[in-house]
Amino acid sequence: MAIPMPATRPVVATPKAQRGPAFLSRLDELGRELWQDKLGTLGFAVIVALLLMAIFAPLIAPYDPAAQSVISRLKPPAWLPKGSWEHILGTDHLGRDVLSRVIYGARASLLVGVVVVLAAGTFGVVLGLWAGFKGGRTDSVIMRIVDVQVAFPGLLLILLVISVIGPSMTTMIIVLAITNWMVYARVVRGIVLSVRQMPYVEAAEMIGCRTSRVIFRHILPNLISPLLTLGILEFTNIVLAEAALSFLGLGVQPPATSWGLDVANGRDYIFVAWWLITFPGMSIAITVLAVNLFASWVRVTTDPQEREKRFAYQRAKAAARRGRKAGAGPASQNQGGRS
Amino acid sequence: MLNAVPAASPAPPLLSVQGLDVTYETGAQGFWGRPRAFKALEDISFDLRPGETLGLVGESGSGKTTTGRAVLRRIKASAGKIVFQGKDITNVSGEQLRKLRRNMQLVFQDPYASLNPRMRVIDIVAEPLLVHGLIRHVDEARDRITELLRVVGLPADAHDRFPHAFSGGQRQRIGIARALALQPEFIVADEPVSALDVSVRAQVVNLMQDLQKELGLSYLFIAHDLSVVRHISHRVAILYAGRMVEVAERDELYDHPIHPYTEALLSAVPVPDPRTQRQRKRIVYGGEIPDLVNPPPGCRFSTRCPLATAQCKQEAPKLTERSPGHLVACWNR
Amino acid sequence: MSVSAISSSAPLLEVDNLKVEFDTRRGLVQGLRGVTLSIGRGETLGVVGESGSGKSVTAQAVMGLIDMPGRIASGDIRWKGRSLFGRDGERYAQDIRGKEVAMVFQDPMTSLNPVLKIGTQIGEVLERHLGMTRAQARNRAEELLAAVGISAPRRRLDQHPHEFSGGMRQRVMIAMAIACEPQLLIADEPTTALDVTIQAQILELLAQLQETLGLSVILITHDLGVVAGLCHRVAVMYAGQIIETGLAEDVFERPAHPYTQGLLRSTPRLDEVSDRLVSIEGTPPNLVVPPEGCSFQQRCPLSGEACRKAPRLEHIRPDAEAACWKPSVPAWATPLMSPSMPS
Repeated sequence: MAIPMPATRPVVATPKAQRGPAFLSRLDELGRELWQDKLGTLGFAVIVALLLMAIFAPLIAPYDPAAQSVISRLKPPAWLPKGSWEHILGTDHLGRDVLSRVIYGARASLLVGVVVVLAAGTFGVVLGLWAGFKGGRTDSVIMRIVDVQVAFPGLLLILLVISVIGPSMTTMIIVLAITNWMVYARVVRGIVLSVRQMPYVEAAEMIGCRTSRVIFRHILPNLISPLLTLGILEFTNIVLAEAALSFLGLGVQPPATSWGLDVANGRDYIFVAWWLITFPGMSIAITVLAVNLFASWVRVTTDPQEREKRFAYQRAKAAARRGRKAGAGPASQNQGGRS
Repeated sequence: MLNAVPAASPAPPLLSVQGLDVTYETGAQGFWGRPRAFKALEDISFDLRPGETLGLVGESGSGKTTTGRAVLRRIKASAGKIVFQGKDITNVSGEQLRKLRRNMQLVFQDPYASLNPRMRVIDIVAEPLLVHGLIRHVDEARDRITELLRVVGLPADAHDRFPHAFSGGQRQRIGIARALALQPEFIVADEPVSALDVSVRAQVVNLMQDLQKELGLSYLFIAHDLSVVRHISHRVAILYAGRMVEVAERDELYDHPIHPYTEALLSAVPVPDPRTQRQRKRIVYGGEIPDLVNPPPGCRFSTRCPLATAQCKQEAPKLTERSPGHLVACWNR
Repeated sequence: MSVSAISSSAPLLEVDNLKVEFDTRRGLVQGLRGVTLSIGRGETLGVVGESGSGKSVTAQAVMGLIDMPGRIASGDIRWKGRSLFGRDGERYAQDIRGKEVAMVFQDPMTSLNPVLKIGTQIGEVLERHLGMTRAQARNRAEELLAAVGISAPRRRLDQHPHEFSGGMRQRVMIAMAIACEPQLLIADEPTTALDVTIQAQILELLAQLQETLGLSVILITHDLGVVAGLCHRVAVMYAGQIIETGLAEDVFERPAHPYTQGLLRSTPRLDEVSDRLVSIEGTPPNLVVPPEGCSFQQRCPLSGEACRKAPRLEHIRPDAEAACWKPSVPAWATPLMSPSMPS
C-alpha cells in the first residue's frame, strides 16, 4: 500500500558545516531504533561482548590456555562438589583451565569468521559486479563457474586441499574463502542486473560517466545494505565451519585453541566430564544465535518499507500500553483483513 | 513570439534523422528456437531546427522512446543515418561518443528513479561537469550550480539536500538542471511531465519553454498523448507501431489532422468540460497495437482502421507531402 | 442517464468525517483530515485530486485496505445506513466488501495472479462469493468477459494474464469486479496506466456498464478530463480534505474554490489554443504538520487574514459546497489567449 507522503518542502537551510553532527544524530537515531528491538539489542550486546573478550583475552583469562597441570585435571565447575573457584568452569583432561580456553577460543572463531567473510566477500563481489555489468559471454562464463562450484561438495574440496597442503589456520581461511564466495557473486550479479535498469544509472551514462564511475559511484552503493545482511549471516556459517573443521582436526592446531577443537577434545570425556564440550559448544551456539538476532534487525533496518512498518507496530504497541495504563482503551478502529 | 521559429529558415538543421531503423533481438522461442528480431522502428526521418521543439507522440509500443534513445546513441541503429551539427554520428563510439554527450542530453520521465537517492543535489547537478573534466572538484562549481538551480527555480539551499527532500516537480527541475549543466544545444525530453501532478505539469512545461527562449535549446519532446504537446511544440510527429504516420506544423496538425490514427488520438484526449465532452464526437477504435514480431503486412494501423482497404493490408503507405510541411502516410486520405 | 434519475432515498454509501493517520518515522502523517461524502444509487461520483490529496486513501478506507502503518483515527463509514466499524460492523463489512462494493485498481498486472488462467481467477470469485459450481462459474465467467467487450471469451478463459494487453487486463479486472453484481464500483485511477486510445475504450465501457447495470460508481482520478465525460457529481480533494463538491457541470463551469479554478486552468486542453499553460506555483503542504487554517493558503492568490482560520465545507448553492472564505471569486487572472497564427 502506498503511504501518502507529503512533499516536504525544504524550508530550513542546512549549512555545510553541520554534516558531522548530522551523522552523529543518525547514529543516535539508529541506536534508539536498536534499543526498541530487545532481541536485536541482546544480539548486538553479545557480539560486542564477544569481540571485547577476544581482543582482551590475555587480560581477562585467569590462566594461560595452554598451561597444563596434571594435579588438577578434570576438575568440575566451581558450583559442583569437588569444584573450586580457582577454575570456575573446571579443567580438562590435561588440567587446562576451561574458562581460559573458552575466552581464547573466541579469538580463533571470530578471526576466521571475519577474515573469511571479507576475503570471500571481496572476491565474490568483484566477480558478481563484473558478470552483472559486462553481461553476455563474461556473465555466462562466471556464472557457470559459480554453478559448478556450488554443485561440487564443499567439504570434499576442503579435505582435498588440506590433505595436500597440510592443516593450519591460514590454510583453513584460504580454503573457506574459496568455498564460500559464490553466494556473494550471485547476489551481487542479481542486484547489478536490476540496478542497471534504474533510470539514474542510465542518466549517469547519458551525461558521459565512464564505466568505472558508473559502477563505483552509482551501482556499488546499492549493494551495501544487502551485502551487510548477507555478510553477517555468512559469518555464522563460517564460525560453524571453523568449528567443524577444527573438530575434524583439519583447522586450528594445538597448542592454539578454538571452540571446535575443544569440543573435539572433550568428546572422549563426555560421560565423565560433560563441561569439556558443553562450554565451548554453548559458546558456538550463543555466538551464532546472537549474530542471527542482530542480522534480522539489520535486515529490517536496511529495508525502508519494513523499517516503516516496524516503526508503526512499535508505536501502536506503545500506544496500547499507555492506554492500558490509563485504564481506558482508546476507541481506535483498527481494521485488518483484506476482503 | 514562441511560435515564430522560421519554417523555412536557411540555417541547416541541428539534427537530421534519415531512414532510421532499430531492430531488437528477442529471446529465442524455446531451447532450439532461433532468436527472433522485431523492428521497433522502421524508416523514421525528421529534421530538427535550432531552437525548435518537435513533439513526438505515440502510445506504448509506438517506438517513441526508442527514437529518443537512438538519436542520443543509447540504442544502436540498424539502418539509416543520424546527422548532428553537420556530422554523421551514426557510428561514433567510445571516447568520441562520450564527448558527444556534452551537446545532447536527456530529461527523464520518472523524477523519482532518475536521481541517485544517495547523492546530494549539488553532486547530481555537478556530475556532468566533473566527468567531462570541466571541474576538478564539486566545490569549484558551487557558484555555477547555484546559478543553475536559480534558473530552474529551485531554492538556493537545495545544494546539500538529498533528492527525497523534494517533491516530484522539484525533482524534475533537478533533472533539468543536470541536463543543462553542460550547456547542450539539444535535449531529448522523454515524457518529462507525465509522472507529475496536473498543477505541477504546467510549471515544468513553462520552465522548459522559458529555457528554450533564453538558451536557444532544441527539444525532442516525447509524449504519449496530444494534450501537453500542443502547448510546447512547433511541429508534431505521430508514431504508430514503429512508423511515422503524420508530421506537420503544430496548428496544422491539430486543425487539419489527416491520418485516421491522428484523429483517434485527438478525440481520445478528454476535455475537462462536461458539456463539451458529452457532445464531442468520440472516435473510439477497438483493437490494440499489433505485435511487432509478426507485424501485419502493409499499413500497421490497418487492423484498427475503419477505412482500411485491400491495398492497406498489402502495401505500406509512404509519407507523402499533402501541403507544405504536412506529411501523411495513408492510402485513403 | 440523466442526473434527475438519481433516487432521492437514503444514500448507498456515506463517509462521515473520516480521519486516517499514517504513523511514519517522519512523524504522524494526517492522510485524511475529516472527509465527508455520500453517494446515492445509480450515481457516478468523481473524486479528483493530486497525489497525496487522500483520494486513494478514501477508497482504501471504504474497502478496508488501510493497513499498517495507517489507521483510521476517527469518523465513520456507513453502507446503506449501517456502520462498518465496531464488532458488528466489521462482520457486516466482510459480507459486503467484494460483493456489494467492488474495486478496480490502477495497475491490472499486479492485481491478477500471473500463474492462474483468467477463467480460474474469475471462477474463484464466483465460487467463493456466490457458491456456484465450477461449471456454472465457467459459464458465468464467459458471460462476464463478453459483457466487458472481450471477443472470443470462451477461448480467452484458458489464457494467462500475460497473454492479455494492458487494456484487456483492465477489462478482466472490471469483469471480476462486477462478477457479484455489486451496487457500487470504486475505480481507483482505472485508466492511468493505459494509452489514451485504450483509456477512451475503458471509460466508454464503464459508462455503458453503469447504465445497463444501474451501478453507482466512484471514479478516482487526477485527470479532470476523465471526470468530465462520466460523472454526475465531482468532489475535489486537496491535502486530505474535500474542498469543493457539486454537480459536474457546475464545478467545471463555475468552480468556486481557487484550487479548483487553478486545476482547471492548468489542465492542457485540446479545444483551446495557448502557448502557455497556467500553473499553480508551489507544492501541496506537508501533512505531518498541516498548516493552520486553509491548507491552500500558501499557493492561493486570494489568501488573506481570514484564511488563517480553517474554512468549513459550506453550501454556496443548493447542491454545491466549497471550503473557502472567498468562494466563487475569480482567483487567477484570465490567461493570455494568443490566437494561433501561422507565421
